[in-house]
Amino acid sequence: MLEATPKEIVKREALRINPAKTCQPIGAMYAALGIHNCLPHSHGSQGCCSFHRSHLTRHYREPIMAATSSFTEGASVFGGGPNLRQSINTIFTVYNPDVIAVSTTCLSETIGDDIPTYIQQAKEEDGYVPEGKYVIHCNTPSYVGSHITGWSNMVTGMVKYLSEKEEPKQQLNVIPGYVEPSDTREIKRLLKQLAVDAIVFPDTSDVVDTPQTGTYRMFPKGGTTVEQLKRTGDSVATIACGLFTSEQPAQALEAKCQVPYQVVDLPIGLQATDRFVQTVMEWTGAVPPEEVEDERGRLVDIMTDMQQYLYGRRVAVYGDPDQLVALTEFLVTCGMKPVYVITGSPVGKRFEERVHEIVKDWVPDAVVAQDADLFYLHQLIKNDPVDLLIGNEYGKYIGRAEDIPLVRFGFPILDRIGHSYFPTVGYQGGIYLLCNILNTILERLDRDATDETIELVR
Amino acid sequence: MSDERLTASEALKLDKAPLNNQETAVEEMVSVYPGKVSKKRSKHIIIRNDQPNQPIEANVRTVPGIITQRHCAYAGCKGVVVGPFGDVLHITHGPVGCSYYTWMTRRNLFMPREDGKNFMHYCATTDMQESDIVFGGVNKLRQAIQEGYDTFKPNAITVCATCPVGLIGDDIQAVAKEMTEKLGISVVAFNCEGYKGVSQSAGHHIANNGFFKHWVGTADEETPIEGFTVNLLGEYNIGGDSWEIERVLKKCGIKVVATFSGDGYYDDTTRAHLAKLNLVMCHRSINYMAEMMEKKYGIPWIKVQFIGVQAFTKTLRKIAQFFDDPDLTARIEAVIEEEVAPVEAELAPIRERLKGKTAILFVGGSRAHHYQDVFADLGIKTIAAGYEFAHRDDYEGRQVLPTLKIDADSRNIEELHVERDPDHYNPPKPEEVLEWMKAEGLIGKYDGMIPDMGEGTLVIDDVSHHELEILIKRFQPDIIGSGIKDKYVIEKWGVPCKQLHNYDYGGPFAGFKGAVNFAKDIDMRINGPAWKHIATPWKKAK
Repeated sequence: MLEATPKEIVKREALRINPAKTCQPIGAMYAALGIHNCLPHSHGSQGCCSFHRSHLTRHYREPIMAATSSFTEGASVFGGGPNLRQSINTIFTVYNPDVIAVSTTCLSETIGDDIPTYIQQAKEEDGYVPEGKYVIHCNTPSYVGSHITGWSNMVTGMVKYLSEKEEPKQQLNVIPGYVEPSDTREIKRLLKQLAVDAIVFPDTSDVVDTPQTGTYRMFPKGGTTVEQLKRTGDSVATIACGLFTSEQPAQALEAKCQVPYQVVDLPIGLQATDRFVQTVMEWTGAVPPEEVEDERGRLVDIMTDMQQYLYGRRVAVYGDPDQLVALTEFLVTCGMKPVYVITGSPVGKRFEERVHEIVKDWVPDAVVAQDADLFYLHQLIKNDPVDLLIGNEYGKYIGRAEDIPLVRFGFPILDRIGHSYFPTVGYQGGIYLLCNILNTILERLDRDATDETIELVR
Repeated sequence: MSDERLTASEALKLDKAPLNNQETAVEEMVSVYPGKVSKKRSKHIIIRNDQPNQPIEANVRTVPGIITQRHCAYAGCKGVVVGPFGDVLHITHGPVGCSYYTWMTRRNLFMPREDGKNFMHYCATTDMQESDIVFGGVNKLRQAIQEGYDTFKPNAITVCATCPVGLIGDDIQAVAKEMTEKLGISVVAFNCEGYKGVSQSAGHHIANNGFFKHWVGTADEETPIEGFTVNLLGEYNIGGDSWEIERVLKKCGIKVVATFSGDGYYDDTTRAHLAKLNLVMCHRSINYMAEMMEKKYGIPWIKVQFIGVQAFTKTLRKIAQFFDDPDLTARIEAVIEEEVAPVEAELAPIRERLKGKTAILFVGGSRAHHYQDVFADLGIKTIAAGYEFAHRDDYEGRQVLPTLKIDADSRNIEELHVERDPDHYNPPKPEEVLEWMKAEGLIGKYDGMIPDMGEGTLVIDDVSHHELEILIKRFQPDIIGSGIKDKYVIEKWGVPCKQLHNYDYGGPFAGFKGAVNFAKDIDMRINGPAWKHIATPWKKAK
């Protein structure tokens, strides 16, 4: 497995091998699915749309709907305006969503298609947008940033097109970051426990984790409604979870509707969740009920019960930057050593500085890199191995090559089940994540034990 | 025994329609569309009648916004034909997405040869950034090829273009030529930008041209290889299909020289011109190669079908008929006898549980036809079928080829001008014999899917999400064969879906052993217990 990966690390300047990121529009598509009655639309050639739908489908094992402008060579040369206008007509006529959320691809971005003008034309000249329906858009050039940039751009698009300031309300906005439906569900549960009135957007719970009922619903019951999105302008504040995904839309909302915002880490692990809860408390005066404290206590209980299996264990983590920041902190809190922290997203020095800040005294020689790839991570591991890998499915090849167990975490996971049903955010999510890590470690201890040393009790 | 069953399964296909509301369904499909779209889509849908020739519209542009299953030329080129060569490094020139999504998602398995070279699990790309779009990406590409060579020492390198490459004018052909000379290995560039043509199909053609120009016939060897030699064309070893096929061919004494492209190996392709017969599995993706090799090297081709016991048996006999050698024919018959009996024994009880069921098939460009045979073997009737991107010849048969006009959307896909190679034109039989065989339809013939479909069945090209929903609601099939994007839509309706692109991670489904795997899979999918529990018990009770 991966036998062609040499131990010696030679700096590559042009060739990306085994990326730890993908391109913008899939993130935009995923964000758009978090709007109720919304059909994502990919303005480009149809391959992108198919790739993005397929990949999200594999990750969620759920229908992922989206339409495409289906560019031909002619449109690529003369512009995709007619394709988009025709798409809008076909979509509203046949599929009848409340919102079409348009993102772009490297094709329409390179030729410089002017999406707002096309939308305007479809609306005013063609009359293709029925009363009470919306077409929103964002630009998602694949050659800039990564899938998380696309997510961020689409959420910003929601704000730009829909958020309105009317009457101030005692409510909070929460932008949950590029997370699983299980995570959004858990964040909503936590806010409910705290008795906080909140608009969580986008929200893919009940969209990409729908029940089997024998009847397919093209637009499932979940998703933040247009009405809720409009009312985000009336909130007391916005809590933006994840600097690299959620700050931009929160900023846009502040600029448009003067709603102040605060960036927090994704509430993954003990301390990040503590800070999330405290931030909510500060903005709303909420007091956590006993059940929240109990959940927190159960998480800490596992940490104290099981620290012998965690302490000092070397871990390589890779994936999306917001997840990595919070996860790294959690691992350090548990006594583990995140020695390699790798993201493919080109998010700049801020990421590296933030992670170094977290690990500084505990793992002073940690290798932290953004804009890096899994080929590089594998080489690092070949030079100085780790006990555990935590990241998306693509690490399974490294795990197999180097005989290192893998805890699947992040996006995408195409070969296991659970990520869309069990959260990793909040105290409850922390319990699930930590059990997953521990059980993986214990599984390995059992595998490596001899007949004489295998333990009944661990 | 097997001949009896063959008749039975064919009778099943030609059965009179069990459904009487096809017209209504078609009306429901097209009537909701905006006027022009409605008119267009009507031409892509036919209700099969008793006439042999029923024309259908195919291989034209997709209706924007309709929710198509289709993909792009890059997917057809890199994802399908180019990617399966496992000892070759495939570099995608473009932003990161295209390479990422074709990273191990199509299950074209590969086994490394003696040199141990295996790059299947790697995903390589130039990961174009904004500056590459602005200033051009050729320098980065050149550097990437060098780095790829230095790192991996592959047997060859391919470069596949994505959408922006053509628009910004990167001359990837020039870079490939330059790097071929510099590195001393073949570097082939494919201009398979996603917007070319109207679907994956354009990518197949582009890939065929590239391999034909740069790889086929480049080996130093001159002497034909001894024995009954064939190339497998259009067989991509999904879930190990070609391994099962080759197992049986080997047992029969037939030697595979090269495979395009499943478990594909660069060196083999350079010797492909030395084989005596080309076996074309997926007509759509590789018929260009078959035709060009016939013109240049005199190698005839036959359409083969490896899916289903009956179909595979027929194919083996077709190969026997071509070589017309008594020893080979006897060996093939012995293998059939030996292989079919145990398979039939395993199939019999499964067939009992499945007979009388109905299927709907929408798959890329060949399997919607091929799998009708294996379903028929199990007593399952296909009541509707269609391709995403096949052309009219795949639907109606190659006799329509001379009448096809290439429209504006596909005009820019290169047609290679191929001539007889004075040194290497080496037909395996006297030319008059081959001409006779062609006239008799024994070689170079494909009749397409439509003639095999029973009266009253529906044929739908480039089916949309809306049309698929109508089919599910109106015909309530017992199973639908389709792909990942549709799978969970279909299953949310309570209808099992069999993925016929990736086999739902199982396989092989080709050949004799594959037929058993397939039967077990379909039995499990239709008769598994979970479907019975969809309705909540307290609601059921009311």
